[in-house]
Amino acid sequence: MSNHAPGENWVSVGKLEDIPPLGARIVRREGGNIAIFRAEGDRIYALENRCPHKGGPLSEGIVHGCRVTCPLHNWVIDLDSGEAVGPDEGVVKRYDVKLIDGEIYLHDAALKAQEAA
Amino acid sequence: MTQKLVVVGNGMAGMRTIEELLKITPDLYDITVFGDEPYGNYNRILLSPVLAGEKTIDDIMLNTEEWYAENNITLRKGVKVTEIRRDRRVVIAEDGSETPYDRLLIATGSRPFILPIEGVGLQGVLTFRDIHDVNQMLAAAKTGKKAVVIGGGLLGLEAANGLAKNGMDVTVVHLMDTLMERQLDAAAGAMLKASLEQRDLKFLMEAKTKAIVGRDKVEAVELEDGRKIPADLVVMAVGIKPNIELAQKAGLYCERGIVVDDTMLTYDGRIYAVGECVQHRGVAYGLVAPLFEQAKVCANHLARKATAAYKGSVTSTKLKVTGIDLFSAGDFAGGEGVEEIVLKDPYGGVYKKLCIKDNKIRGAVLYGDTMDGPWYFQLMREGTDISEIRDHLLFGQAHLGDSGHGGQESGVALLSDDAEICGCNGVCKGEIVDAIVEKKLFTLDDVRAHTKASSSCGSCTGLVEQLLATTLGGDYSETPKEKPICACTDLSHDAVREVINTQEIKTIPELMAFLEWKTPNGCATCRPALNYYLLCRWPEDYEDDSQSRFINERAHGNIQKDGTYSVVPRMWGGVTTPDELRAIADVAEKYKVREVKVTGGQRIDLFGVEKEDLPEIWRDLSKAGFVSGHAYGKALRTVKTCVGSQWCRFGTQDSTGLGIKLEQMTWGSWMPHKFKMAVSGCPRNCAEATIKDFGVVCVESGYELHIGGNGGIKVRVTDLLTKVETEEEVLEYTAAFIQLYREEAHYLERTAPWVERVGLAYVKKKILDDPENRKALRDRFLKSQRRAQIDPWKENATSPQRQAQFKPLRDLTRQQDLEGANA
Ligand code: SRM
Ligand SMILES: Cc1cc2nc3c(=O)[nH]c(=O)nc-3n(C[C@H](O)[C@H](O)[C@H](O)COP(=O)(O)OP(=O)(O)OC[C@H]3O[C@@H](n4cnc5c(N)ncnc54)[C@H](O)[C@@H]3O)c2cc1C
Ligand code: SF4
Ligand code: FES
Repeated sequence: MSNHAPGENWVSVGKLEDIPPLGARIVRREGGNIAIFRAEGDRIYALENRCPHKGGPLSEGIVHGCRVTCPLHNWVIDLDSGEAVGPDEGVVKRYDVKLIDGEIYLHDAALKAQEAA
Repeated sequence: MTQKLVVVGNGMAGMRTIEELLKITPDLYDITVFGDEPYGNYNRILLSPVLAGEKTIDDIMLNTEEWYAENNITLRKGVKVTEIRRDRRVVIAEDGSETPYDRLLIATGSRPFILPIEGVGLQGVLTFRDIHDVNQMLAAAKTGKKAVVIGGGLLGLEAANGLAKNGMDVTVVHLMDTLMERQLDAAAGAMLKASLEQRDLKFLMEAKTKAIVGRDKVEAVELEDGRKIPADLVVMAVGIKPNIELAQKAGLYCERGIVVDDTMLTYDGRIYAVGECVQHRGVAYGLVAPLFEQAKVCANHLARKATAAYKGSVTSTKLKVTGIDLFSAGDFAGGEGVEEIVLKDPYGGVYKKLCIKDNKIRGAVLYGDTMDGPWYFQLMREGTDISEIRDHLLFGQAHLGDSGHGGQESGVALLSDDAEICGCNGVCKGEIVDAIVEKKLFTLDDVRAHTKASSSCGSCTGLVEQLLATTLGGDYSETPKEKPICACTDLSHDAVREVINTQEIKTIPELMAFLEWKTPNGCATCRPALNYYLLCRWPEDYEDDSQSRFINERAHGNIQKDGTYSVVPRMWGGVTTPDELRAIADVAEKYKVREVKVTGGQRIDLFGVEKEDLPEIWRDLSKAGFVSGHAYGKALRTVKTCVGSQWCRFGTQDSTGLGIKLEQMTWGSWMPHKFKMAVSGCPRNCAEATIKDFGVVCVESGYELHIGGNGGIKVRVTDLLTKVETEEEVLEYTAAFIQLYREEAHYLERTAPWVERVGLAYVKKKILDDPENRKALRDRFLKSQRRAQIDPWKENATSPQRQAQFKPLRDLTRQQDLEGANA
C-alpha cells in the first residue's frame, strides 16, 4: 500500500491494530453490516456480513489464509472473490477497501450502494 | 521450467493419482497420459452393470475428454506405449512418437489370464476386462444362444449374470467345489449357487476345461472328463495377471508385478507405478480400494511432499449382482485359536459368519444381509476389541441406538428415496445416491462436502457409508484408520499430540512450521484442536489464541441462528436463591432479553442478547456473584444433582453438596469436548448420573463412580469405574479421570467414544491400579485449574481492550460517526 492520502471517495473506518490478526470487526451501517477482515499477511477485505447460506455473521467465523469459515454451518468463503468454496455455491458482496499507514479506508460506494437500495 | 510427467495407462489407478496430484499442486507438471483404450477414463468396475443392462457406458465415464483439456493434460487416447528408454528418459509409442519425461508413472493394470489350452484363439472366445469386451459380449448375445463362462469367481459370476440378463443360456464351469472360494466358505458358496440357479444359471463344479473346440468359430467347450458343452460364446474369467511387459522390457525389477516400495517408487528413482500392475510388500491387489490408497501416496510423492507412506491394505469384496447381497472380508478359513460365530437361516436366505481371534474380528462372510458388512470391516481393520459387544455382534450395528433416524434399522438399501438419512441437514437417501452417481463421489468426505449429509452431528455416518457401499459396490474406499486431523496435514491427532508432548513448542505458528502444515495458518478444524492441545500441555504459560477458537468460546456465549447470543450463568449444582433469581430477573428486564428458559442442565438461559450488550450483562451478573456457566464451551458444563439426603426420604448421601464441591473444583476447565457430571443421592438416580461423562451414584456404603456416559446423539450408559467411600476420594478420582481425558482424547471426542476407543480396562489401569499415577493426574489437573478458574465474563467486562472486540469497528448509523467519516 502506498503512503498517499486516500483520496476523496474513501471513508476511514478504523485502524489495522483494532482488528486482531486473523480476525474481523464489523462496520455497522443501515440495512446490513460490513465485515472487515484482517487475513493472512495483514491483507484487509470488506464483505457484506451475511453468509450466502443462511445469513450467518461471517465476521464471527474463523479466518484462515484468505478465507473465513462461517460460524453457523461451516461454509467456507473465499475473501478474495467473495465466493463460497466448492462444492457449496453462493457469493458474498465485496467492497473496495484499502490500508494506508495502518488506517483502514472503505470506498464510499459501500455506503452509497446502501442508500440507493 | 515445468517438469514433464508421463503416465502410461489411462485407467482407474493412474487417473486417480493424477486427480490427487492436481488437488495438491495443479501446476507442478506438464502431464501427458497414454491410454491404449480409445476413451477418456471410466469406472471399470461398473462394466458389470453395463453388461447387465443396468447402466450405460456414458453413466460410467469418470473423466471426460473435456476434463483432460481443462486441466491441461495431453491425452493420447488409443495410443499404446511400446517401449520405455530409461537411458534417454523417453517413452516410445506405437505411432512412432517419442515423449520425454522427468517423471514416469506406470499404471498399466492387469491382463486377463488365458488358459494355455487349445482353441483360445477362436472367434467367440472373449475375456471380461474393458468396454471393448463388453460391446463384443453384447453383440454376441444378439446372435448366439449358448454361453459358457469359464471361472466361478467374482468376474465370472458377474459376466454370467450379465449374459443371462441378455437372454443367453449360461453355463459356468468352475474348477473348485465352491463358487468364489477365495471370498466365501462352503456354506455361503452353496447359498450363492442356489440363488443363481434360481436365475437359470447352470453350474458345472469341479470341472476342468481341456480345450475349446470349433472350426474358426467356437462351437463347444470340452472338459477333461470328455463332456462337451455347446457354446456360441465363451468368456474366460479365470483370473488376472499384472501387466508388466513394458516394465520388464525396460529392465525394471519385477516379480509377479512391478516391485515398488512404500512410496510407490520402482527400482528406478524417476519411475513410479500404481495399480494392479504393481507388487507391494509381496502383494498384487485386484480391487480398487487399495489402488486408491496407493494413488494418494504416489501423488504425495510426485508433488514432492514426501510425507505419505503406503503400508498395504485389507480388502473386502462385494458381488455386484443385483438382488444378491454378499460381503466378504479378511480371513475366514479358521485355524488355531479362531472362534466362529455363525448365524444360518437357509429359509430366509441369510448367512453370517464372523471369525474371531483374541477378541478381534479376523474375517467376515455375509450372505443375504450385508448391511453390517462395512461395520464389521471397520471393526476388523481397526482391531477393535469386541468382547463387550460380542453377544449382540451378529445382530448388527442398528442395535446401538442412534437418535434422529429411528425406525430405519431395516437396511439402508431397502429405504425409499425420500427417507431422511441426515436429520441435521435434511438430506434424503435419493439426494445422496444421486450425488454419488452423478458427481462420482467415492468417499465419506466427498459426500459430506457435496450433500452435507453426515457433516454435522455425524450420527448418520454409518448410514451414509452403507449408501456409498451399496451404490458403489467394492469401489468404495473407506476412511483410513489413522485419519489426518484435516486436509492441512497428513498427521493424525495422536501424532500431533506426541510432538507437542515431546517438544518445547508453545505457539500455533511454531507448531505448524515444525510439522510442515500445508496451509499458512490451518483451517477451522485444526486450529481449535492445536490451540486446545497446547493449552492442555502448557497450562501455566500458553497464551490462548482466541482467533483459533470457535465464536462461542471467543464470545463466551452460544451464537444463535440470528447472530445474537445466549447467556447462561453458572448455578452451582442446580441450587439457587431468591436473590440470585432476582438478579437474573433484573438483568433480563434491563437488557430486554427475548426469552428466559430453564435448560436441561438445571440452570437458566437468557436468549437473544446482542453481542455488543454481552460485557454489560456480564458486569451486572458478576456483581450479583455469578460466573460464566460455560454453556458454550468445550469445557465443564453442568453438575446435575438431586436433592439427596438433605430432603429426600431415600437419600443416602448429600448429593447436592457433593455436586457443588465437584463443580467448584472443575468449573472453567477446558476439555477436548464438553463434559457433564451428575450426582444422584441413591440408585433411583434422579440426576441421571449414568448417562453423564462422569456420574456419581451415592449408596449407603459410599459412592459409585461411573464414566463415559452420553445422553446425546448416541445414548451410552456409563461404565462403572469403581466404588469409593469418602467424598475426598470422589474428588480425587474425578480430577484424575478428567485429566486423563484431557491429556489423551482427540479434540472433539467426547468421553463416550474415547472410552470405547481406549477401553475401560485402560482407564482402570491408569486410575485404579496405579495410585501414584492417579494422584499425579489429579495434581496436574488442579495445577491447570489455577489459571483456568479466572471467570472469563468478569475478565471481559472489566478490560476495556477486550470489551472493544464486542463493539463494531465503526458505527455509521450514528450521525456523529457518519459526519466524522465524511469529514
Ligand atoms: C440450552 C440447551 C437446551 C435447553 O434449552 O435445555 C442446549 C442447547 C444446545 N445444545 Fe445441548 N443443550 C442443552 C442440554 C443438552 C443435554 C441435556 C443435559 O446436559 O442434561 C444433552 C444430552 C446430554 C449429553 O450431552 O450427553 C445435550 C446434547 C447436545 C449435543 C449432543 C452431544 C453428544 O455428544 O451426543 C450437542 C451437539 C454437540 O455438542 O456437538 C448439543 C449442542 C447444543 C447447542 C450448543 C447447539 C450448538 O452448537 O449451537 C445448543 C445451543 C442452543 C442455543 O442456541 O443456545 N447438545 N444438550 C441445554 C443447555 C444445558 C446447560 O445448562 O448447559
Ligand atoms: C468387470 C470388472 C468388474 C470389477 N469389479 C470390481 C469391484 O466390484 N470392486 C473392485 O474393487 N474392483 C473391481 N474390478 C477391478 C478393478 O476394475 C481394477 O482393480 C482397476 O480397474 C485396476 O485399475 P488399474 O488402473 O490398475 O488398471 P486399469 O483400470 O485396467 O487401467 C490400466 C489401463 O492402462 C492401459 N494400458 C495398459 N498398457 C498400456 C500401454 N502399454 N500403453 C498405453 N496404455 C496401456 C489399459 O488399456 C487400461 O486402460 C473389476 C474389474 C472388472 C474388469
Ligand atoms: S437445542 Fe439441542 S436438540 Fe434443540 S435444536 Fe438445538 S441442538 Fe438440537
Ligand atoms: S449461514 Fe453460513 S454456513 Fe449456514
